[in-house]
Amino acid sequence: MKILVPVKRVVDYNVKIRVKADGTGVETQNVKMSMNPFDEIAVEQAIRLKEAGLAEEIIAVSLGVTQSQETIRTALAMGADRGILVETDEALEPLGVAKCLQKIAEKEGPGLILMGKQAIDDDANQTPQMLSALLGWAQATYVSKLEIADGKAKVKREIDGGLENLEIALPAVLSVDLRLNEPRYASLPNIMKAKKKPIDTMSPADLGVDVSPRLVTLKVTEPPKRAGGVKVESVAELVDKLRNEAKVI
Amino acid sequence: MRLTGERELGFVLYELLDVEALCARERFQEHGRETFDAALETARQIAGDLFAPCNRAADEDEPRIENGRIVTLPAYQAALDAFFEAGFGAAHVDAELGGLQMPWTVAQACFSQFLMANVAATSYPMLTIGAANMLAAFGTEAQKADHLEAMYAGRTYGTMALTEPQAGSSLADIRTRAEPTGEGDYRIKGTKIFISGGEHELSGNIVHMVLARLPDAPPGVKGISMFLVPRYRPDGEGRPVIDNDVALAGLIHKMGWRGTVSTMLNFGEKGECRGTLVGAANRGLAHMFHMMNEARIGVAMCATMLGAAGYNASLDYARERPQGRPAGAKDPTSAPVPIVAHADVRRMLLAQKSYVEGAFALGLACARLVDEQATAADETARREAGLLLEILTPVMKAWSSDWCLEANRLAIQIHGGYGYTREYPVEQHYRDNRLNPIHEGTNGIQAIDLLGRKAVMQDGAALALLRREIMRTVEAGRGSTALADYAEALAKALDRLDRVTATLAAHMAEDAEAGLANASVYLAMTGHTVIAWIWLRQALAAERGLAAGDVGVSEEDGGARDFYEGKLASCRYFFRWELPATVTQAALLESRDDTCLAVRPEQL
Repeated sequence: MKILVPVKRVVDYNVKIRVKADGTGVETQNVKMSMNPFDEIAVEQAIRLKEAGLAEEIIAVSLGVTQSQETIRTALAMGADRGILVETDEALEPLGVAKCLQKIAEKEGPGLILMGKQAIDDDANQTPQMLSALLGWAQATYVSKLEIADGKAKVKREIDGGLENLEIALPAVLSVDLRLNEPRYASLPNIMKAKKKPIDTMSPADLGVDVSPRLVTLKVTEPPKRAGGVKVESVAELVDKLRNEAKVI
Repeated sequence: MRLTGERELGFVLYELLDVEALCARERFQEHGRETFDAALETARQIAGDLFAPCNRAADEDEPRIENGRIVTLPAYQAALDAFFEAGFGAAHVDAELGGLQMPWTVAQACFSQFLMANVAATSYPMLTIGAANMLAAFGTEAQKADHLEAMYAGRTYGTMALTEPQAGSSLADIRTRAEPTGEGDYRIKGTKIFISGGEHELSGNIVHMVLARLPDAPPGVKGISMFLVPRYRPDGEGRPVIDNDVALAGLIHKMGWRGTVSTMLNFGEKGECRGTLVGAANRGLAHMFHMMNEARIGVAMCATMLGAAGYNASLDYARERPQGRPAGAKDPTSAPVPIVAHADVRRMLLAQKSYVEGAFALGLACARLVDEQATAADETARREAGLLLEILTPVMKAWSSDWCLEANRLAIQIHGGYGYTREYPVEQHYRDNRLNPIHEGTNGIQAIDLLGRKAVMQDGAALALLRREIMRTVEAGRGSTALADYAEALAKALDRLDRVTATLAAHMAEDAEAGLANASVYLAMTGHTVIAWIWLRQALAAERGLAAGDVGVSEEDGGARDFYEGKLASCRYFFRWELPATVTQAALLESRDDTCLAVRPEQL
């Protein structure tokens, strides 16, 4: 079985996000970029499946600017086998990404697509679901436990009410959640090996996909500053405020 | 915890030292900026995730003995295992030994991140790598086959067992003995003290590099030999399971650096301790210096990274702590300003920045010389790199440990009363750093090494070479409008150093004791001159960075312009506030002052 793992290059989770002065987006110039942390979890899970003898090959795919290659290299240094870069300067949206991934999946024929449940930059949480629909494959989102056996995936999903157990047929699209695993560090020997692993580069046009934006960004602003709190005199007053002002109980 | 900014690492590695140029050499041809950056990233992740969180915990809960075994924090085991599993023990090592053949400069840059996060935990691999490198240089084929790979992979840790209760700095007086057994090895007997990592359960085995005397050894340092003494000897099938009679005689309870277990060890209490000779008989001191020179550069990096940790902490604090109003402000109800707005606080920050970043750049510049010495194409370049390292080693060890400790003092000062409490990290930085002027040769020993040996060896060849290198930077500085004055100041400082060296060399020839009496001032003066040189080099690199454009404006683009201008400000600080100290130092030295030499012990 092949496993396809889409990996996204995002602003590093340690960086304090700054909105551009002209309100067109967030500042990404001279800002540290790294792999979306949820995608790291997906890469880790793919490697574990391969180590367990359940997969033969792991393909890391990224879409975006030339430097997205570095994100693929990180996946290769963790243990993925080869990479595919769909290179474009276009501002990508989930639908365009899902369409490109669909074409790649149709060509590569993976048994499983493992991807982060969302990216920490736009928090869209749409690509896995769109991809599953486009491919007509089963999907399971927010996966925090995974077992593969007999052509099926047994998963635990983290949902509002608790955990949901599902069994779905492969091939499938799984979006992974935080508690699935702890990603490994890229070791120095694997960093050296990654240098020699192949990365195929193509454009959205090569895949026959039009990724031009369907959405228009009107304005990007900082979230409003949090207003200061108030001190309450008694428990009764607190309960009253929670019930009548905040309306949470 | 915040580690060294990637910007700083990138500046020193690529803009100041051009480590990418090393990739053209055969040994490093598999490498490139891509592998360097990826390695640094892994180092930063492991240091931040695993080393930093147990730094304070180990300080508060130092290693202790339970049921005859040393207990260390479980988090230490996890951190150190991750270090070796990721390959950092073998980063610089030959590929055939399981290594990555990474330049020493980049390996040291990676290492610096662990030191900054947790200097005490990082001591274990530092000692192990140092002992392994010494073994690689002088060990027998059998010793190398038995231990090297295991040490670089972290299954076996190493120690340096030199000091004895009656012989610390004075190794000529050591008493540990080694008697030939007639079976090719030696029976070791003696007591060693202050042995870091002397016993613990962090690794499957420990090998001690022990200095001892053979029965027929001549007195003094010419009768010292080096022995490899394992904690566990191999059984008939090569499994290290036989207790080798190295007894833990006690633990040392230290002011700082508490996570590193410090031990007193008795070798051969039962007459059953066996060791094998490393290198040639009676050449132990020379072999030890191979390990020791690396350790001295390592100590300088420890001091530097503790200085950097304190600088970061005090900078964060100064930016966030509101206190007081600008001197001219009249309205007592106006909002207080962050203390970084006060000039005196900025003085203390700039001083720290100039010491810490000066020491960091010197540290990696010396690591670059190690690479040069090992891999430069022509023999002259290799020899010159070695010579420069010889003279810079004592300077780097002593200067960095003195001045980065001073940086930690300033970091506490910026915190005010809070800095003196255990709620803030800066008091631990200071206590940890207080070791560095002491161990691996006190700074007093470094001063004697510099003046008594390195400055005058081969008719002053090392110093002449250092002069040539510094003058290259002076010439480059003269070509810059903004930096020309500093270039002249550096040239003058260099002339002063030459004059003083000539005076002291003549004095030493007449009277060694009197000539060496003020060696520590000579080292301080040399150190300030060398760091001024390093700052002028950094300033020139910053000018290149600014001239290359694309630095945008401050803040909005990640502060590229501020970064370079901060380098220029630190250079200015060092030349205006620090380098002038060499004028008074030179005056004192040239006067052949005998105040300290002349005072009699009874008068003190």
